[in-house]
Amino acid sequence: MVHWSAEEKRLIASLWSKVNVEECGAEALARLLIVYPWTQRFFDNFGTPSSPTTIIGNPKVRAHGKKVLTSFGEAVKNLDNTKKCFAQLSKLHCEKLHVDPENFRVSLLIIVLAAHFGKDFAPACQSTRQKMVHVVAHALAHEY
Amino acid sequence: MVLSANDKTNVKGLFGKIGGAIEDLGGEALDRLFLAYPQTKTYFPHFDLHQGSAQIKAHGKKVAAALVEACNHIDDIAGALSKLSDLHAQKLRVDPVNFKLLGHCFLVVVAAHHPSLLTPEVHASLDKFLCAVGNVLTAKYR
Repeated sequence: MVHWSAEEKRLIASLWSKVNVEECGAEALARLLIVYPWTQRFFDNFGTPSSPTTIIGNPKVRAHGKKVLTSFGEAVKNLDNTKKCFAQLSKLHCEKLHVDPENFRVSLLIIVLAAHFGKDFAPACQSTRQKMVHVVAHALAHEY
Repeated sequence: MVLSANDKTNVKGLFGKIGGAIEDLGGEALDRLFLAYPQTKTYFPHFDLHQGSAQIKAHGKKVAAALVEACNHIDDIAGALSKLSDLHAQKLRVDPVNFKLLGHCFLVVVAAHHPSLLTPEVHASLDKFLCAVGNVLTAKYR
């Protein structure tokens, strides 16, 4: 089980309260599809692969990005119990969606947060956030 | 993975706009690397690793200079970084996984300091460029 200090929990909650889940979620998913184009294989129903501009503007990408980041919000509320929190989602990604966990490129979210928060995204904040996204990725892969 | 003409233009454009500030970005990337991935500190037992230390700043400048050199010779990164590649293979022997970690931290500092420059397309190109640099530095490991 992952141990979170009081300070880490405070940093995570404080940053999360300022995150625009819809915008950051959409941007993170769009960047995944643009920076790692092979991930588009999981989203054929979003339309044919297209230019970065159309990927960013694609309403299905935006909606799904918001869904993904809303899930992260659940992790923020369940830091001490992420494996249980993500058990169903993990089974879904393994048994139904067949997503290689390598594709849980959670580091992308860190880059999106850095772009949105700029210098407010201090190194300590990045470090704690990074720990959290890796815990989420691990929980998502747990039921494989 | 090959850098396209667009990738080269994007990376050169980005580095051109960041200019001399890249030296500080190198230092901050290292600060973030040591904090987020403490196992990387094992390669610097001789350093003062407190955030913002003079040694980290100086080393960050070196790292940034190497990236600039690679960018200036983007058609032949292997040639431009050949001596650095030898150094990493024969003397430093930093585990290859750590180049990805430093690359990620460098992307984070560019995003934090120059968010408008790091469009998704430039992000993709810079990610590829940093992978290419990492590959060159580990090319002679075995």
